[in-house]
Amino acid sequence: MSRKVLLIEDEPNIAEAIRFLLTREGWQVETHGDGMDAVQVIQDAKPDLVILDVMLPGKNGMDILRDLRELEDMQNLPVLMLTARGQSRDREMAENAGVSRFMTKPFSNAEVLTAVRDLHAQASRL
Amino acid sequence: MATLNVLILVCLGYVVLLFGVAFAADRMAAAGRGKWLRSPLIYTLSLSIYCTAWTFYGAVGNAARSGLEFVTIYLGPTLVMVSWWWGLRKLVRIGRSQRVTSIADLISSRYGKSNTLAVCVTILAVLGGTPYIALQLQSITLSFSIFAEADPSGLYREGSSVFWVAAGLAMFAILFGTRNLDANERHHGVVTAIALESVVKLFALLAVGIFVVWGVAGGIGPMMDRIDASEIGQWNVDAGRWTTFIFLSAAAFVCLPRMFQVMVVENDDEGHLRTAAWAFPLYLLLMSLFVVPIAVIGLDLMPEGSNPDLFVLTVPLSQGNDWLAMLSFIGGFSSATSMVIVTAMALSTMVSNHLVMPIWLNMQEGSGSVSGDVRNIVLLARRVSIAVIMALGYFYYSLSGGGTALASIGLVAFAGISQILPALVGGLFWRGATRTGALVGLSVGFVLWIYTLLLPGMGAAWMPETVLQNGPFGLGWLRPQALFGIEGIDPMVHTVMWSMSLNTIAFCVASLLSFPSPLERLQGAQFVNVFDHSAAPRGWTGSVAQSEDLMIMTQRILGAGPAQEFFQSEAEQQGGRSRLPEPTPGFLERLERELSGSVGAATAHAMIGQIVGGSSVSVEDLLAVADESAQMLEYSSQLEVKSAELSRTARQLREANTKLTQVSEQKDSFLSQVSHELRTPMTSIRAFSEIMRDTQGLSAEEQTRYAAIIHDEALRLTRLLDDLLDLSVLESGQVNLNMGDDSLRSVLDRAVSSALAGTDQQLSVRRSLISERIPLHTDLDRLGQVFINLISNAQKYCDAAEPVLTISAHDVGGQVVIDFTDNGSGIPPEAQSMVFEKFARVGVDKVGGAGLGLAICREIMQRLGGEISYLPGQGGAAFRISLPLAYRQAAQ
Repeated sequence: MSRKVLLIEDEPNIAEAIRFLLTREGWQVETHGDGMDAVQVIQDAKPDLVILDVMLPGKNGMDILRDLRELEDMQNLPVLMLTARGQSRDREMAENAGVSRFMTKPFSNAEVLTAVRDLHAQASRL
Repeated sequence: MATLNVLILVCLGYVVLLFGVAFAADRMAAAGRGKWLRSPLIYTLSLSIYCTAWTFYGAVGNAARSGLEFVTIYLGPTLVMVSWWWGLRKLVRIGRSQRVTSIADLISSRYGKSNTLAVCVTILAVLGGTPYIALQLQSITLSFSIFAEADPSGLYREGSSVFWVAAGLAMFAILFGTRNLDANERHHGVVTAIALESVVKLFALLAVGIFVVWGVAGGIGPMMDRIDASEIGQWNVDAGRWTTFIFLSAAAFVCLPRMFQVMVVENDDEGHLRTAAWAFPLYLLLMSLFVVPIAVIGLDLMPEGSNPDLFVLTVPLSQGNDWLAMLSFIGGFSSATSMVIVTAMALSTMVSNHLVMPIWLNMQEGSGSVSGDVRNIVLLARRVSIAVIMALGYFYYSLSGGGTALASIGLVAFAGISQILPALVGGLFWRGATRTGALVGLSVGFVLWIYTLLLPGMGAAWMPETVLQNGPFGLGWLRPQALFGIEGIDPMVHTVMWSMSLNTIAFCVASLLSFPSPLERLQGAQFVNVFDHSAAPRGWTGSVAQSEDLMIMTQRILGAGPAQEFFQSEAEQQGGRSRLPEPTPGFLERLERELSGSVGAATAHAMIGQIVGGSSVSVEDLLAVADESAQMLEYSSQLEVKSAELSRTARQLREANTKLTQVSEQKDSFLSQVSHELRTPMTSIRAFSEIMRDTQGLSAEEQTRYAAIIHDEALRLTRLLDDLLDLSVLESGQVNLNMGDDSLRSVLDRAVSSALAGTDQQLSVRRSLISERIPLHTDLDRLGQVFINLISNAQKYCDAAEPVLTISAHDVGGQVVIDFTDNGSGIPPEAQSMVFEKFARVGVDKVGGAGLGLAICREIMQRLGGEISYLPGQGGAAFRISLPLAYRQAAQ
């Protein structure tokens, strides 16, 4: 069974690093760099996991997550959020918006891999 | 022959009697007994102080010299009493309701409580009154001297006797005239004493008359024959002089301070006037009854050259009737003393109230508040005033030498005091009369009186003969006794005609031209409508005249604008026939409601009730209420100002707070931006360095690529830190400018080559090298930094297929203006205002920069004294840099 992750990140270098990591883990990685149409892209791609940046052009990650959680079939989709702002207020906001895991940039690659594995395992159990 | 010593004894006895009567009357009044003290009879008799020694002795003298003309002096007051008693009643009513203390007070009160007017009237009264007092003293002296001639052995000294008489009269006036302060408390002692004196003088004159007719002439028949035979009996009437004298005596009867004192101030009951209206003319008739017989017999009996003014004394003496002569002397003495006492009292009230007290109060103002013991000060002022007035009379008598100069002074004084008449009568009957009018009229009359009558009468020392003959400075039409070239008139008639007519005209014209103050208008209404105001309440009805009062009152409370608006709208509702609405019940109700808003319901009702219905509230109370409300309004408007200030402060605080919050938010957002901009390259660096460390078997390509990414991101990080530091230095203002001289052209040359070095993109830069030959004196590196930033931006963001940047330079009015315009799609309008803000990156694509470049440019240009701005509507993105040339000159 092929696992698909959708990476929404506008920094091409970061996106490339994550793609490298997850591809080696056996994930099928799709990337998208714009916030504006992100919700639609997620709906269309039907990924097993979403990695979401916060500071995105067009629409920020918090709003995308909020809108996503309003959709019926997106309640349980695991979303790993990455932010470079790293203020405690952001973590709160993200939790209220329904985030599955929240990580601050810069992250260690091991952390990201662990988080992706955990989230996938939780989602598979359901 | 009666000895002089007996006379002096009788005199002293008489004075003691007067003291006794006055004392007893005061005691009785104080004890609440003695209703007869307030009887119409006493009132009428007290009015008889009109008949002074001048009348007592002078009437006979006058008759002996000028025939029947003396009658005019009696006819004036008689006419007033008989035909104008309603006017007097008004005067008395006003005097009582306004608590008037003197004629000066009345005039001042009528014209808005003007002390200036009061001072004028007081001075006029003192000027007219002093010679009059001297005249009384002279009459006493003359009558004394008659007895002294008859008794050379006596102890009589003319000068000293006058002094003692004056001193005694002053004492009497002080003792009985200044016992209490309130004008509403009457001087029963004085009034009773002068009533007694009136009886004495009438009795004395009648006794002499009866003696002359029946004792000397031998009955009425022979007397009539003798009168027919003499010149006096001839009906020889000079119409001008008669009219003038009747008018004068009538005017003086109303205006003289002493008459005002007994008639108005001492009046207990308006009803007494009804009695006086017939009793006083009767008294005058009796006084004049025997004047002609005494004069005729005197002329017959007495030797040529004897003074006819003293016939009343000398005729009985010559017939050996010493006791009658003594009675006659006492009569004359009574006339003189009563006049002097009342005049001194009346004048002292005026002097102390209108001259001394204002000055004293003014002096007190400087030294804190007025002490509680004003009463004693006022009393002291009155007593001193009495003494001073008596002293003035005494000195006037001494200086004038007691000669014939005094003889006509009575009429002169009448003419002077009559100048008050227009202001008085106008004030009683004409609401349009104003303070200015009164002042102007009074001044005109006063000056004319002095110039045409008083000064010429005082002799050549005061009025040189040449002025009398040719006028001042040779101006013939200004001759004192022939003003405007009208000659040949009797001086007295001349003066009265001109002074009274010009006084009246000036009074009317000035009144019409000037505007009264609210207090004046209210007092005017109070005076003119005194009977309406004190009439029984009539409910809410009234006349248009009352509407005017209501208007004035409303203006004081609501302010002129709103009051006029209200009245106008009411008048329009009523059909708009007149400017003011009729005071209908509906209107009054609405007005009351309107006023209630400002002064409260009870006060509003009382106010309207006062004007329309007549209530017990006095105008003063009303004005006090109005002033209070004005103060309240002022206070509340002050509060409004305060509260406006407070809310302004609150708003400012709110604004400051908002600003602080904004600044704090900006700082937070800046920090979070900085954090983001730092963390992003660090994330890449960390991720790829971990990949390179942890991943086995990376291809050489991959290794090279990832190392390059790490390198780029590290450079990005360095640039960002450089920019942040640069911006922080610029913003803190601690930047050191490194000034240098070069041409714009070479600065641009360096900037272009630096910006385009090491890039693969082909941005063509178009320049106009000729126009760039502008010398600059500035920080060349900083300016270059700005240029590089702009060129790099064009290179990064210009989205045209063949990007072109045009740089043009002009020298515009002392400024270098350099425009950088590219041919891309430009910056969207909504973002244009943002481009110079920190981290304000426009557009989706990230091309290296952190968004601090333009913010730095703005700071640099500010430091260089220039400006950078975005030029909208130029096709592509266009920035304008302007730099003052003056900066160069200033720096040198």
